[in-house]
Amino acid sequence: MAKIIGGITSSHIPAVGNAIANNLTQEPYWKRFFDGYEPAKAWLQEKKPDIAIVVYNDHGLNFFLDKVPTFALGCADIYENADEGWALKPVAPFKGDAAFSWHVAEKLVEEEFDICTCQEMKVDHGFVNPIRALYGTHDVWPVTTIPLAVNTVQHPVPTAARCFKLGQALRRAVESYEEDLKVVVFGTGGLSHQLQGERAGLIDVEFDLECMDRIASDPEWFTKFSNSEIMRRAGTEGIETIMWLVMRGALQPNVKVVHKHYHAPISNTGAGVLVLENTL
Amino acid sequence: MNWTKHDYEDIPGTYVFDGKHAHGAYPLNKLLFSFCEESNRDEFDRDPAAYCDKYGVAGKYKDFVLKKDFLGMLRAGANIYYMAKMAIPRGTSVQDAGAQFQGITTKEFQAKLLAKGEGLPERLAKRGDYWNG
Repeated sequence: MAKIIGGITSSHIPAVGNAIANNLTQEPYWKRFFDGYEPAKAWLQEKKPDIAIVVYNDHGLNFFLDKVPTFALGCADIYENADEGWALKPVAPFKGDAAFSWHVAEKLVEEEFDICTCQEMKVDHGFVNPIRALYGTHDVWPVTTIPLAVNTVQHPVPTAARCFKLGQALRRAVESYEEDLKVVVFGTGGLSHQLQGERAGLIDVEFDLECMDRIASDPEWFTKFSNSEIMRRAGTEGIETIMWLVMRGALQPNVKVVHKHYHAPISNTGAGVLVLENTL
Repeated sequence: MNWTKHDYEDIPGTYVFDGKHAHGAYPLNKLLFSFCEESNRDEFDRDPAAYCDKYGVAGKYKDFVLKKDFLGMLRAGANIYYMAKMAIPRGTSVQDAGAQFQGITTKEFQAKLLAKGEGLPERLAKRGDYWNG
């Protein structure tokens, strides 16, 4: 049977991709941020998951505002990156596993998570950059990946509590799949940041550190916040942190904290890397 | 038409992208989304006003686009991620835009950001449960 072995959080900001592409990761500005990924990379090297489910939000590449699914699951064998408007060269396509995805889709819908299934799904920096930060850049990616997109762009967006429950359903869906596969879940985006308006540049280090502690040890704490409360505290784009709860819901209640790394500011955000392991 | 009020509307300096914004600025965001295609970016650059007309972007929306008034666009309902598709390839980074929103220079905006991380590595080292190099 398939098993979720753990979860990792990562920022997905565009600047991360640019820093990797331009070999800036050891420059003074970036060094501490990227060095803090090394233990996460080592954990992935050791555990060698077969599949990474990447929970991210699309920023206007695959989805336009004509149709905005709250939750959308990639159900294809291949996912392509493309120009998001910045004229950057797309990275190599990602290999999916359609049979696995459709199983997950069936189980989620059975559990009343009426997700949108996508047989074509372009993946943007929200999906690509965490994979690059955790695996490096490859022509053939070393892991099979499944995109799980959460709407954090156009309100109403789902609550943190709903995302946590989706994660719990995701675990049951994955672990009812017959093939022996090791699966890891990446919760991407966050932590506090605001890009828009006169309040742009907001970073709340205290909130971020509390998220790092509580999402690992007491995730229900985060599920009690309304989206307005999260935006007031962590910024409008900090709402992305709800996606960490999908990852956390897919893990056992008491997880082993393998690695904890926080850095601020990087570009306009506070950035956190958690590596959490299922021991059961 | 009577738009429901929300408890996030009093967050200062913040324009939460919701149905009200998305509805009013739909043509504007459609124009911004079109910049994912290089040929569309080129077509816009050749004649921005004509490109606005093609997408039905009119009135104040068109004025903001032609003036590259990013705060005006945002207040009128442009989505920040969609706006980045117009700003970034034309030399305005997200940090430049943030500085413009506040009426300060990009250097000042970046200095404010850096100040938020002051003493952080030392503080995390003292805690002991964080990676610290």
